[in-house]
Amino acid sequence: MAETGERPRVGFFTDTSVCIGCKACEVACKEWNAIPEDGLVLTGMSYDNTQGLGADTWRHVAFIEQRKPVEAPVDVFEAAARADAGSELRWLMASDVCKHCTHAACLDVCPTGALFRTEFGTVVVQEDICNGCGYCIPACPYGVIDQRKGDGRAWKCTMCYDRLGVGMEPACAKACPTDSIQFGPLDELRERAASRVEDLHDAGVTEARLYGADPDDGVGGAGAFFLLLDEPEVYGLPPDPVATTRDLPSMWRRAAVAAAALAAGVAACFVRDGRAR
Amino acid sequence: MTRTDERRAKRRRGEQAMVPEARFTSYYGMPVLNRPVWKALDIAGYLFLGGLAGGSSLLAAGAHATGRRALARAAKTGAFGAISLSLAALVHDLGRPARFLNMLRVAKPTSPMSVGSWLLACYGPLAGAAAATEATGRFPRLGALATAGAAVLGPAVTTYTAVLLSDTAVPSWHEGHREMPFLFAGSGAAAAAGLALICAPAPPARRMGVLGAAAELGAARVMKKRMGLASEPLEKGAAGRLMRASEILTATGAVLAALSGAAGSRAMPMTISMAMPRAMPMTISTAMPRAIATAAGAALLGGSAALRFGVFHAGVASAQDPVYTVVPQRERLEQGRGFSAAAHG
Ligand code: SF4
Ligand code: SF4
Repeated sequence: MAETGERPRVGFFTDTSVCIGCKACEVACKEWNAIPEDGLVLTGMSYDNTQGLGADTWRHVAFIEQRKPVEAPVDVFEAAARADAGSELRWLMASDVCKHCTHAACLDVCPTGALFRTEFGTVVVQEDICNGCGYCIPACPYGVIDQRKGDGRAWKCTMCYDRLGVGMEPACAKACPTDSIQFGPLDELRERAASRVEDLHDAGVTEARLYGADPDDGVGGAGAFFLLLDEPEVYGLPPDPVATTRDLPSMWRRAAVAAAALAAGVAACFVRDGRAR
Repeated sequence: MTRTDERRAKRRRGEQAMVPEARFTSYYGMPVLNRPVWKALDIAGYLFLGGLAGGSSLLAAGAHATGRRALARAAKTGAFGAISLSLAALVHDLGRPARFLNMLRVAKPTSPMSVGSWLLACYGPLAGAAAATEATGRFPRLGALATAGAAVLGPAVTTYTAVLLSDTAVPSWHEGHREMPFLFAGSGAAAAAGLALICAPAPPARRMGVLGAAAELGAARVMKKRMGLASEPLEKGAAGRLMRASEILTATGAVLAALSGAAGSRAMPMTISMAMPRAMPMTISTAMPRAIATAAGAALLGGSAALRFGVFHAGVASAQDPVYTVVPQRERLEQGRGFSAAAHG
């Protein structure tokens, strides 16, 4: 940790309203982090053959085809709307990533300490410590972290920990041609995102909303948050995610009461006739 | 073309009939969560064996204190055998078994698996010492201490696994977090009593079997009622079949356990004596109680195991269908009980 003053927490602001679905982020991430191939399949789900985040997919670009009228001529829509004014089809594209939660369930439940919080406020797995217990996987409310087949350990986005260490921005943000992925100090990003939403609202894109920007949400706010143009679940994101460790104290209490009840119950089975005849 | 998967989710409120359907959207029907990677045989087996061990240690301490040698020996041996097997299952399930010791690298109260590992690291040797001193007859004082120690930690070994499952985003595991410790306590007691009824039937084991089964059946009902939509995976498919089998086996085991006592001694529970045809006790020969006890024990063990596998599979199924993640969260938001801002832009 820095001795003089705190290092600012950094994060991603992914503005999906300018995403063009080029997947440069997916490719840059794989290249930089040397992630193995994640299956060559054709899903038939629009232009998405990646399907979701996992051990070998740390950025995932979702493609949603909707029969919804394009409401306002802004940004990329402007051209699209003019070119095809009668069309009711719209595409939503969004590059998903680990949220680097403030209250990260994966980190909380990791029994080995392999998952830790870095000096940048990000959440990273130390691959030399992970023993492949798999607990972080069902703990993550977003379905981000996963086990690599044949390796057994858990893998996910590190927000390019190695690049941050030498003052570079993560590979995905660097590669994004439209600045849909923005990297920087989280406070700054939140301000920028709020004004972007305002601009979009003023321009008539009323469905624009932020996802994960609220420090009071179920994960204490995400280090990687989004501007979406529809409900989160349309993008495969949980609408109201919660780090379940927030209920852990009450769960421990109940387990203790149940354990005491068990002991008392078994004791009661013996008091009835005392010593054996 | 609308390619977004819009499905109708059936909602259930406890035992009531279907309530109005909820519209629900997902990303091409893909799950929100990643599928738990735990293997069913290892982890459900681990839950079952941990319960069996913890319950057996309590039974062993009771038998030890009241001088029931045969019961004490069976329960101590059972506890150590079960915990050894469960540890083997746990290590087998690790992606990197060679790194098992990393579990004891840190102690983290926020990680039920860390707490469990430390619990097992303390409990295992105690259960082993209790079994070894009982088998050899040497160091009786040490044996008594180990037996008592194992009985103190045993109940925690039995119930902590409920927290292990509940502290996840898996809907059918998390939504049961209030009742699951009690469910697992009952199930562990029933299993331990079951093993004892097979190896060394004695009145305390019979009572523990009936009590444990009642707790297991009761807690399962309450839990399912309070889980809302997330209870559905416990009733459908493979998990549903396991849960039903568990219910039948556990109930049968309880009745047989009570009968075995009724047939063998005067200490027949009131309710059972009234429920039975008057002529029945007379027709049961002296060899019968043992056979009934064995059948009761097998049914209780089977019921407890089926319950753990049922709960395990229900959780996996609930993680694989986005309806169980999205609909309850959406409802929460719409009712203003959510954590995230529900505002539409
Ligand atoms: S999104 Fe999931 S994997 Fe990423 S920090 Fe949050 S809980 Fe961990
Ligand atoms: S799989 Fe690895 S990173 Fe995940 S909880 Fe287990 S030890 Fe931690």
